[in-house]
Amino acid sequence: MSRPGTGFDPRSDPIMSTALFTYALRLGDDLLILSHRLGEWCGHGPVLEEDIALANRALDHIGEARNLYDYAVKVEGKGRTEDDLAYLRAERQFVNTKLVEQPNGDYAHTIVRSFLFDAYHLPLAEALTRSSDAQIAAIAAKAVKEAQYHLKHSSDWLIRFGDGTEESHRRAQEALDALWTYTGELFVQDDVHEAMVKAGIAPDLSTIKQAFDATVDRVLAEATLKRPADGYMMSGGRQGKHSEHLGFLLAEMQYLQRAYPGAEW
Amino acid sequence: MSAENSNNWPLWEVFIQSKRGLEHKHVGSLHAADAQMAIENARDVYTRRQEGNSIWVVPAGAISSSQPDDAAMLFDPADDKTYRHPTFYVMPEGAKYI
Repeated sequence: MSRPGTGFDPRSDPIMSTALFTYALRLGDDLLILSHRLGEWCGHGPVLEEDIALANRALDHIGEARNLYDYAVKVEGKGRTEDDLAYLRAERQFVNTKLVEQPNGDYAHTIVRSFLFDAYHLPLAEALTRSSDAQIAAIAAKAVKEAQYHLKHSSDWLIRFGDGTEESHRRAQEALDALWTYTGELFVQDDVHEAMVKAGIAPDLSTIKQAFDATVDRVLAEATLKRPADGYMMSGGRQGKHSEHLGFLLAEMQYLQRAYPGAEW
Repeated sequence: MSAENSNNWPLWEVFIQSKRGLEHKHVGSLHAADAQMAIENARDVYTRRQEGNSIWVVPAGAISSSQPDDAAMLFDPADDKTYRHPTFYVMPEGAKYI
C-alpha cells in the first residue's frame, strides 16, 4: 500500500467516492451489528465479569463503527449523519457479513462468532493502519489495541471450552461447525474491494486470510478443536442480502428512531 | 445471572496500580477460574476508566487478616505517640508521595 498523503484523493472521483463510501459502510456495519449482538448479553451474562467484558467489547465495536460512519457520511457528502446510517437504513441497505448477525446462541456460539471475527479483524486493522487514506488509517490505528484484546479474550475462552469438559468441548465444536460456513464471506474480494486495493486504501484480502488461517489453526490446536472443512460458504451480506435474523435485530435496534423520528436524549 | 456458577469459581482480590511508581491499591474482588482469567476480568471490571497501569490478583484465601476483636490491642496504643509521625520535618517542595 502507498503511504498516506501521496496526493490522490479518492473523494475527487465520483466512482471512487461511492466505492469508498461502501467500503467504510462495510467495515462499520460489521462492527455495529456485532456490537448489538454482544449488547444483547448485557444483564444476561453467565457471570458478572463476562457480562461486563462483553459490554466493553460491544462499546469498543460501537466506537469504531461510529468513526467509520462519521467518515462515510463525509465521503458521501449528502448531509447524512452517523445516526441516519445506523437507525434509518433498511435491512437490504446494510452491508455487514452474515457472520456477525447470527444469533447469540449459547456462550460457545457467542465466543466462536467473536473469535472468527476477531481473527479477521485484527490483521485487517493492522493492515489498514498503512492505508493510503489518512482517515481510514487513523481509525484503524485506534482500533488495533482493542482488537488485540478482543482476540485474546475470545481465544482464551475458546481454548477453555475446547480443552475443558466433555460438554464444553462438544458445544464449542458444534458452534464452530455451525458458524464456519459464514467465514468465507469475510474474504470475498469484489469490485468495490478491488477498487480499494488499487487505490492503496485496503489490503488484499488474501493476506488477511493467511493471518486468519494461522490464528485459527494455532488456537484450535490448543483448544483441541477440529477445523471444519471449507464446504459451501454463505455470502450475500456485503450486497445487502441477509439471513432472516438481521431484520429482527434491526427492528429492536431501530425501534425508537422509527417510532419517534429525531428523538434525542 | 447464575449465582451457582460464580460460586464455583474461587474469589480473587484485585489490586490496581494507577501510576508507575505508586503502590498497588486494593480495589475489590471478583470470581475467576484461574489467575489469568482473574487478570482479564479485573481489566474489564476495574480498569474501564483508565484507572490502571498494572494489575495484581491474589486468591482471597491466601490473605490472612487481623481479627476485628483485636483492633483495640493492636492499634489503640499508637494513639498517644505523636512523635512517630513525621510532622517535625519540613517537607521538600514537590515531594508528593512520601
